[in-house]
Amino acid sequence: MNNFKTIYLREIKSYFNTPMAYIFLVVFALVNSYFFTLWFFPSNQSDMRSLFSIVPLAYLFFIPAISMSLIAREINSGTIELVSTLPIKDVEFVVGKYLSSVTLIAIGLGLTLVHFFTLVNVGSNIDYGAVFCGYLGLLLVGSVYCAIGVFASSISDNQVVAFIVSVFVVLAFFLMDKMLIFMPQGLVGIMEYISIDYHLSNISRGVIDTRNIIYFGSLIGFFIFLSLRTFDLRRWS
Amino acid sequence: MIEVKNLSKNYGDVAAVKSINFSVKDREIIGFLGPNGAGKSTTIKVITGFLAPSAGDVIVNGMDIKTNQIEIQKEIGYLPELNPLYTDMLVYDMLEYVAGVRGIHGRAFKDAFARVIDQCGLSGVVHKRIDQCSKGYKQRIGLACAMIHDPKILILDEPVTGLDPNQIVEIRSLIKELGKKKLVLMSSHILQEIEATVDRIVIINNGEIVADGSNRSILRKFSGASSIEMELLGVDKEEVKKIEEKIDSVKVSSVRKSGSSTMVSLSCKGKSDPREDIFKYAVKSKWVVLGMSQKKSNLETIFRKLTSEAK
Ligand SMILES: Nc1ncnc2c1ncn2[C@@H]1O[C@H](COP(=O)(O)OP(=O)(O)OP(=O)(O)O)[C@@H](O)[C@H]1O
Ligand SMILES: [Mg+2]
Repeated sequence: MNNFKTIYLREIKSYFNTPMAYIFLVVFALVNSYFFTLWFFPSNQSDMRSLFSIVPLAYLFFIPAISMSLIAREINSGTIELVSTLPIKDVEFVVGKYLSSVTLIAIGLGLTLVHFFTLVNVGSNIDYGAVFCGYLGLLLVGSVYCAIGVFASSISDNQVVAFIVSVFVVLAFFLMDKMLIFMPQGLVGIMEYISIDYHLSNISRGVIDTRNIIYFGSLIGFFIFLSLRTFDLRRWS
Repeated sequence: MIEVKNLSKNYGDVAAVKSINFSVKDREIIGFLGPNGAGKSTTIKVITGFLAPSAGDVIVNGMDIKTNQIEIQKEIGYLPELNPLYTDMLVYDMLEYVAGVRGIHGRAFKDAFARVIDQCGLSGVVHKRIDQCSKGYKQRIGLACAMIHDPKILILDEPVTGLDPNQIVEIRSLIKELGKKKLVLMSSHILQEIEATVDRIVIINNGEIVADGSNRSILRKFSGASSIEMELLGVDKEEVKKIEEKIDSVKVSSVRKSGSSTMVSLSCKGKSDPREDIFKYAVKSKWVVLGMSQKKSNLETIFRKLTSEAK
């Protein structure tokens, strides 16, 4: 049990030992602020909808970038042999790493709260529930993308490959909703259920349905499971 | 105690380890000896749980690696061949991390830390980043990581590579000291390194065990085998051949002309030293001897001998 924590803390430290985490946080905050202010003031509306539509776009590149090295670097440098021969369960290793990337995303989202305070200062009739749900949705989507990133990072010793694979998979989930019109009638229902946007917009509207939560939970579980399988396969190579 | 039974490991089509059997008792220092690509590291990686066996069993202290991997890993300290370390960490942090994973915290960590720093001679680099340490120090850091939990079983894959001669002597005596209380399995492809440290040698070649015995018995068996190189003046091939009839323990393995001299290689059987007989014979036959030297067989010839015997 304690190993989750040990792995997690090491990973967090290693994020903040390099410029990586700071660069990520600063750029992530700047990109989001830029577009937020670009749209927020002209729109004259007291909500954060513009932020909530920017962040998922920013995720597309930011999350693969912060997760690509998680496992791939250990495979590449050989430290995978060290951790695999320490009494650490695969699940502790993978989930510990996964949670560290989710934490970084959560900190990134935390920085955007600046805009929330702006809103509180200048806006009127603020729907706090909608803001909360919006953030919850972003955190859930980010968590799914991190799981995808961890999986991509587990299949190769090359971080660039991991990055490309995770951008590709994340993009597929992101675009699924937008492709619905090209889909045959029979598939639309299924594709809609699989697509991220469908569930994200449900949550953002303030409807927190268990089905949406189950959806996000099972996607995360699925990709963590795949990472564990690839991890185990390496032993049999 | 480690028991390896009919262990095989394939990498795709490559059979790296072919159904080997051996066991190691507690408080025994065992040396895995073999040329590059013999399968030493592969065997070690299976014992430590990094790779799964393709066939056969590894039993450590009565537990099966397939079902009790984590429990086994708690009892083993392992220094991998390439000594992978988190190079962006401080030496202290790295040791704290490994100790943490092994459930050693606080007071217990302080004690364990002081012990390995002392044993491995790391006091000068504790607060250095690992990538700023020299190769020899990195090797000691790897060793310290393997020993932080004072394991019952220590597995070291080529532990002295990258060390200078003084450090090699230090590490050797450390290993010997540790072997009084622990099971130590180390690998090497250098005979001298192994012979100075271990109680028992297992020679592995081409994925198979070709010899297994106490240090002394292995050395006695092989170190006698030697060859003698002679440089003679104006002696022809037929004449040289006659030496085989007079001295039983030598055989002429090659004769060639080099300018006016004749270069002769003699291989010697057993461990007797036939140089005196050869000298006397040369005098009697009125050979002009320009030079004579004896070559102890090195590991290469031992391996060649062993593998040709196996066929
Ligand atoms: N990951 C791998 N994939 C495919 N083949 C491998 C792999 N690792 C090792 N081999 C092959 O398995 C055989 C045994 O290799 P191993 O590393 O066990 O040898 P070794 O005895 O440790 O040699 P060395 O003294 O060079 O360390 C070699 O033929 C090697 O090429
Ligand atoms: Mg090796």
